Amino acid sequence: MTLLTIDGVWKRYGDHEVLKGVDLTVDTHEVVCLIGASGSGKSTLLRCVNLLETVDDGAILLDDVDITDVRADADDVRKRIGIVFQAYNLFPHMTVLDNITLAPRKVHGVGRVQAEDQARELLARFGLESKARDYPDQLSGGQQQRVAIIRAIATQPRLLLLDEVTSALDPTLVNEVLGVIRELKQSGMTMILATHEMGFARDIADTVCFLADGVLLERGHPDQIFGAPKHPRTREFLSRT
Amino acid sequence: MTTTWVKSDRQKEREKLLRAQGRRSVSVATISTVVVAGLVVFGLLASPGWPRVRETFFSWDALVTSLPDILRGFLLNVVIFLIAEPVILLLGLGVALLRGLRSPVFFPLRALAAIYTDVFRGIPVVLLVYLAGFGVPALQLQGVPSDPVVLGTIGLILSYTSFVAEVFRSGIDSIHPSQKAAARSLGLSHGQTMRYVVVPQAVRRVVPPLLNDFASLQKDSALVAFLGPLEALRQAQIHAADMFNYTPYVTAALLFVALTVPMARFTDHLAARAARQRGGAS
Repeated sequence: MTLLTIDGVWKRYGDHEVLKGVDLTVDTHEVVCLIGASGSGKSTLLRCVNLLETVDDGAILLDDVDITDVRADADDVRKRIGIVFQAYNLFPHMTVLDNITLAPRKVHGVGRVQAEDQARELLARFGLESKARDYPDQLSGGQQQRVAIIRAIATQPRLLLLDEVTSALDPTLVNEVLGVIRELKQSGMTMILATHEMGFARDIADTVCFLADGVLLERGHPDQIFGAPKHPRTREFLSRT
Repeated sequence: MTTTWVKSDRQKEREKLLRAQGRRSVSVATISTVVVAGLVVFGLLASPGWPRVRETFFSWDALVTSLPDILRGFLLNVVIFLIAEPVILLLGLGVALLRGLRSPVFFPLRALAAIYTDVFRGIPVVLLVYLAGFGVPALQLQGVPSDPVVLGTIGLILSYTSFVAEVFRSGIDSIHPSQKAAARSLGLSHGQTMRYVVVPQAVRRVVPPLLNDFASLQKDSALVAFLGPLEALRQAQIHAADMFNYTPYVTAALLFVALTVPMARFTDHLAARAARQRGGAS
């Protein structure tokens, strides 16, 4: 069942065209990895899906409803889509617990006790139960990013976007974050990841998309993309990584 | 295997040198302070007009005579800024938030807030006190307060709110856009994002400049004297005119200083604590 449809999306900043008519469909429970060089448009595509950027042409449909319609309620769309950023973007003035429960309580109207119980459950599931009362700057980068992922899934979104979530981490911390993403896949979460971790993408993705200069050049099963890439630019990119 | 640290001779030697350096710094600081203070005091006392200045500005008798009245007046100053401060904080934050609204519906409010801060920051405080104190009653409107203390306080509030609004606005602008993006991506509305994410962080950042504005407000509460109420400066004026002596002004000044100095120390303390917290973060 198709959850998300990206239909001919264009995005430009000034004269610079970042996305040039990108088409992509994502099914429920599917994990899609976007790969490509820096500046190829991966992050911009994710920010467009979450309506943090407005598209210049084309449409994005979530559950067959056009969310890029100018009359659409952006807040309502974002309630159903979670995003995790490269730089975590946790709220530094709030404890881990408050970071996680803010949206459930204020946006989804969950009571404090129930929201905190759910948050503690998620923290325990990802080995962070002892950090509930800590502030973000008391945690390591890997712990912060795991909290950011928990914050994004605490509202039970239909779709989770992960924007180069391991790029700011030192190599020893990358695995703990990738472990969390693996577990989310097992629980059936629909995800789109922009990533530079090729081995991880091959391992976790149902579909891999290669972007170059704002164009989705190739799309296919990870074994095909990594094993026998069709497009010469995909071959060139993969040979360099 | 456990290793216990035995202080090496090299480290002992280093610490000895550091202690010697420390002792030398303290003695240099002491000597230079004594010399500078001595020169200033000597210059003052040796100047030909010193006896007259001492009599006119630093008369003990005049101080003792005027102190009770000035102190009573000073309580009015304290009341004025205790009332003005919270009002200014609320209004200032309100104006700053109005300027941050993006929806076209709010354009008039946004424009009004911008004009207000631009204009009122440019008007001398004393003129606003006059306008509120003498201008408003002259309109002869029903239900408008006529108490000069109330009107003078309103004048102060009008002036300081425009400054405080700009302090708040700069604090709000200093919060990185990624914080707003994170909050909006969780589904929070613009209002909720400001309320729970942006403003709490902004307020923490602007506490030191805000306290600076309040130290300034404390002494400017004396401007209400121009409308007639018997606050500290007015009492000092009366006594000065009575005794042909300026000491009562010095008395009033000492009272104001006695209030602003602890405030300044408190500001420094907060700034230092914030710096420590940031430093300890990484």
